[in-house]
Amino acid sequence: MHSPFQQRRQLFDALKEKRNKPQPVQPVTSAQPAPFVACAGCGKAIPRQQLADYFQVCPFCGHHHPLPAPARLSMLLDEGSAKTLPVKVCFGSDPLKFQGYSEKLALLRRKTGLNDAVLTAVGKIGGRKAVVSVMDSRFLMGSMGSAVGEAIAQAVEYAAKAKLPLIIFCASGGARMQEGAVSLMQMAKTSAALKKFSDEGGLYIAVLTHPTTGGVSASFAMLGDITLAEPKALIGFAGPRVIQQTIGETLPEGFQRAEYLQDHGFVDSVVPRNQLKATLAQLLKLHTKGGMAKC
Amino acid sequence: MLKELDTRIEELESKLEEMHPETEAQRLEYRQTMQNLQELKQEYRPRTAADKVYLARHSMRPNINDYIDALFTDFFECRGDRLCKDDGSIVGGVALFHGMPVTVIGHKKGRTLPENLACNFGMPGPEGYRKALRLMKQAEKFGRPIITFIDTPGAYPGKEAEERGQAEAIARNLAEMSSLTVPIVSIVTGEGSSGGALALGVADAVLMLEHAIYAVLSPEGFASILWKDSSRWAEAAQQMKLTAQDLLELGLIDGIIPEPTGGAHNNPQALFEQVDAQLYSRLKALCKMRTSALTAARYQKFRNMGNFMQEEQL
Ligand SMILES: [Zn+2]
Repeated sequence: MHSPFQQRRQLFDALKEKRNKPQPVQPVTSAQPAPFVACAGCGKAIPRQQLADYFQVCPFCGHHHPLPAPARLSMLLDEGSAKTLPVKVCFGSDPLKFQGYSEKLALLRRKTGLNDAVLTAVGKIGGRKAVVSVMDSRFLMGSMGSAVGEAIAQAVEYAAKAKLPLIIFCASGGARMQEGAVSLMQMAKTSAALKKFSDEGGLYIAVLTHPTTGGVSASFAMLGDITLAEPKALIGFAGPRVIQQTIGETLPEGFQRAEYLQDHGFVDSVVPRNQLKATLAQLLKLHTKGGMAKC
Repeated sequence: MLKELDTRIEELESKLEEMHPETEAQRLEYRQTMQNLQELKQEYRPRTAADKVYLARHSMRPNINDYIDALFTDFFECRGDRLCKDDGSIVGGVALFHGMPVTVIGHKKGRTLPENLACNFGMPGPEGYRKALRLMKQAEKFGRPIITFIDTPGAYPGKEAEERGQAEAIARNLAEMSSLTVPIVSIVTGEGSSGGALALGVADAVLMLEHAIYAVLSPEGFASILWKDSSRWAEAAQQMKLTAQDLLELGLIDGIIPEPTGGAHNNPQALFEQVDAQLYSRLKALCKMRTSALTAARYQKFRNMGNFMQEEQL
């Protein structure tokens, strides 16, 4: 049936397709030092592997630690369904020629296996396809420079073109100061892309994780049709320390935390990490196309 | 440094005022002082980014009310966000510009302490941004061009501001402005700092006064966060590329409006003539565009910002 030539052609075609198609998510292989981690919530020592198995949620007190983007994607997306979305971005642009910035980016790239602070994949959640962008706070606090802004905009545009729902996991200290006003303009860029996506009827679910502050909070983080947040995540425009210095009074307990934002009307639901996949699957199910036609 | 120059000029001016030359020697001294003053004034121009920061924040620099008085007629101020309150740090309303109805919105900075308390030093809360958005949507409804004047140290970092959704209000403005169907021209007149400035700045034409600054945060904040030393703010100003000339080079703004010698505050009338001419020609060109082309061009402009792909390939 298949001549060796045909087989070879098929192999080449498959390789070509693989090159052009979104790549599967690569697991991170980094050196893992101490075998125990002190919980930021209760202080108990947790075996590193156990914490990873619980997706960085403390088994004793339920504190949510930051979750690296690749682990987040593997937690969320149905097994074998995830493909990372390649982004056409000039990673490592340095508009201010800020001393040490390029070196820092190169180092973080080696350390995290990421190109910058956001990783996007296309995959299924509970059998339903979606575009999922995840920010990674290991990368300069998940700050938004031109690469992050561009990656988010391209994820939005991909979702629009493929008519897929979009989910963005936010985790960011804000705009990337090392890129100056260029980083500021990424707020306009991402917000404009989402407005267009929304006008075309796209579903965008924002998931705010610890921390979501500054320029990211004041752009794509706050533009979801549905907004979810992880427990106790810090969410706000100005940092609590700056506010305290400005107004000269102590801030109330739980100020700018996810639950506080839910109480003040800016978050639909605070969802613990272990229920996120089920909640997102439910939301995707509720937004299946067809609506009236299926009555 | 311009700040020291300002002090010396002030000293000479008050000295001149006190002088009542009667003898020949006194007259000679008077003329000498006068000449010194003229020389100092000739020297009065920004040489460094730090000088520009100083000029951009100068308390005598024209503010939103000066621009409204000088450039528009029949201004009617609209107040309140219809949700919570009126925020004095953003002024907005309807006016005529060369006989054409326009919506004017701008950050308000005061000159005196009572004025600044009333406008919160030009630092808006979410109510300010929501008022601005309300007026912009109204402008869209009536097909009026929108003109915004940007001059703020940033959005106010306060407890109530956060509780009422400072981040959401700014994000909403960015998203909505990107697709408004009427022409928008923004002018950074003083300091444009952080998202609090950009929330009025997603425009078809973004112009900056020659000595205005526009940045992701204040140079003091930049120095304190990245170098843990806010006293290095002058150095930070240089590093941040925050001058009008820098932003034009980075492709983040569309044009620069020249200021009179010594900066806007030294000859406001000359400045207003420049602003009027530039505003008029920009609006005239934008009003000729079809709505779909207008919004598409605005979208594409911001979409391309900071995309250095092409540069890399060269
Ligand atoms: Zn714990």
